[in-house]
Amino acid sequence: MLIQNLSPLASSLFSLLAIVSLLLSFVMLGSRWLKNYLYAFAGESWAIAALSATVGYYGNYPELYLVAILTLLFRGLLLPYLIWRIIRRLEVDREIHVVMQPSSSLVVGALFVMFALTVSFRAAGQFHLELTVAVLALTVMLSMKLIGFLLLAVRHEAISQVLGLLVLENGVFLGSQVLVPGMPLLIELVILFDLLIVVACFGVLVGYLLTHVGTTSSLELKRLVG
Amino acid sequence: MIGKLILVLSVAPLVAVLGCLLVRRPRFCEGLNLVASAVSFACAVPLPFLVDGRETLFWNDYVIVDRAAAWIVLCTSIVYFLASIYAIGYMRLLREDERLYRFYALFAGFGLTTLVGPLMNNIGIYWIAIELTTLVSTFLVAFERVAESMEAAWKYIMVVSAGISLALLGTVLFYWNGTFVLGPTYHMTWRTLMDAAPQMNPVLTNLAFLLVLVGYGTKVGLAPMHSWLPDAHSESPAPVSAMLSGALLNTAMIGIVRFLAITRASDLGDLPALILVAFGTLSLLIGALFIVRQQGIKRLMAYSSIEHMGVVALGFGFGGTLGVAGALYHMLNHSLNKSLMFFGAGNVMRAYGTKEIPDIGGVGRFFPTQGALWLGGAIAITGAPPFGLFLSEFTIMRAGLRPSFSWAVYAMAALLIVIFIGFMNHFRTMYYSPVQAGAAPSVKLSAWCTVPMWLSFLPLLVLGLWWPSGVWNYLTSIAQYLSPGLP
Repeated sequence: MLIQNLSPLASSLFSLLAIVSLLLSFVMLGSRWLKNYLYAFAGESWAIAALSATVGYYGNYPELYLVAILTLLFRGLLLPYLIWRIIRRLEVDREIHVVMQPSSSLVVGALFVMFALTVSFRAAGQFHLELTVAVLALTVMLSMKLIGFLLLAVRHEAISQVLGLLVLENGVFLGSQVLVPGMPLLIELVILFDLLIVVACFGVLVGYLLTHVGTTSSLELKRLVG
Repeated sequence: MIGKLILVLSVAPLVAVLGCLLVRRPRFCEGLNLVASAVSFACAVPLPFLVDGRETLFWNDYVIVDRAAAWIVLCTSIVYFLASIYAIGYMRLLREDERLYRFYALFAGFGLTTLVGPLMNNIGIYWIAIELTTLVSTFLVAFERVAESMEAAWKYIMVVSAGISLALLGTVLFYWNGTFVLGPTYHMTWRTLMDAAPQMNPVLTNLAFLLVLVGYGTKVGLAPMHSWLPDAHSESPAPVSAMLSGALLNTAMIGIVRFLAITRASDLGDLPALILVAFGTLSLLIGALFIVRQQGIKRLMAYSSIEHMGVVALGFGFGGTLGVAGALYHMLNHSLNKSLMFFGAGNVMRAYGTKEIPDIGGVGRFFPTQGALWLGGAIAITGAPPFGLFLSEFTIMRAGLRPSFSWAVYAMAALLIVIFIGFMNHFRTMYYSPVQAGAAPSVKLSAWCTVPMWLSFLPLLVLGLWWPSGVWNYLTSIAQYLSPGLP
């Protein structure tokens, strides 16, 4: 098992990169500008790519270098570029009607992290891993999940929702790099491509929404009820 | 032999996708899709006869053909075939000939993904197959290009993608849990996890199962994760609604059931089953409440899908021979019956030019044949005899009559009665309320719209009068695999 016998340096590097990703998702929570979301997401993806490479180096998983490069290319460059193109087409550049103020959503996000920490501590305790980086990886994974759902719930611009969804995926990806670095390469590759298709589909749908509904805010999507 | 059938079964829709994209003539595309669905159907029918008790694996163990998978593929291929016949009649009424090739390419792609989904042996790949079904069907939901269908498509892809990402988290946790037994790298198939389950940590298994249940449960439409379902089912073209309801929901359900089998193999007791039963009961409750006060004709059918997935969830949750066999039989009956209901709803919608139940009147008078078939289907879908759903619901209820689950059986019985009354009341409005002058429909329905109704109605009636002992033995052998150790 990789995480049971890590050198202190490796352990702190993993922690650093995981924490950076978590902080960047807080940047997304605390801002109202779509551009900021996008930069934070790209930065998060780079941190995850770096994490993959680090895990590959210390854990002797050469295939993770490939994953790191592809993560950088797909999640770090291509996806942000595609989303940037969608943003450019739209006339909105920030969340106009805020359901929850960024400051209060930061507080809620912090509460989520505490909850995630409690759950992770219990889960890692099942394997007597309380003192390893596993707790942190689980915490970041779960809290990025929760923050992603919070973004989906309180933001209603189409782009913010897409980015919220990508944060959900990033969280799982980050956690899986640390917890299960030996996961078969095929699955990771297919999931990367899958994300690309998801974003392409969203791009098309945002265009449709704009043409046929005339808005990209989910607050206006209230025709279908009951 | 099985391998060849599976290959043909999945290549046929693939050929249809490519053919539709290359040759963009509408008449050619509808014919090609129909042929592809007929070929898939013809390959799926012999599968259950050929599969014996063992699992047959192909392609480095990435494809699994066991009795459960063969059964789901059969249900899916029936719906795909019927919906392809119906699509020819229905899509001509829409008069969208220049975009029609896209519809059939997507439709065949949707058929392909729902057919191969249950055959995936690697749990990660299964997740991707389910995700792909969402991506393909989103554009089918959005096909009519009006504000309502865009809204439905957006909600569909958003809610389902978010939900299914929880299933991915659960899958990673299952894998992590397995690494403590099987080492850091292993091939995560249903069988390896099931064999490793007794040694895996039960607390983490439980956590992972909950995540997977909520994730795939979103796709199945279990309440309270069902919010996308009525919108997507009601705003998509009728053949797509039939596929969503009759094929897609089963494809996602089989994943939950296989994960449930893993938890049954580990030392967790009744807890995971209890949670599934709770979700099932809640789905029945939500279905009943919204059916009673429903105004939209296809939304009525959509809430009925939620209700029936609740019933299936109850069956698998109760477990044992009766529960699993009943639930699997219910899947087949529901696939047939819901296709019939959506075909009828599509016909009525096109004929009257409205989706609102109060605006529809005199269906039986204006459309004697289709009206009678649709009314028969409505009686069947509420679980009344002599149709298949009565038998399967009754079996599921018998399975639940154990001290730990009897509350769910009573709730199910009460809610089914409420649903029966609500459903029949809506049909009374549509058939027997006084018709205003000038409300008579002008559209004439072609045989393409009627034949698939017959083709789904007759087997439904037969399955209700006669549950062949071969089918019973087949389903009970699946039960021994999916819920071992229960009577």
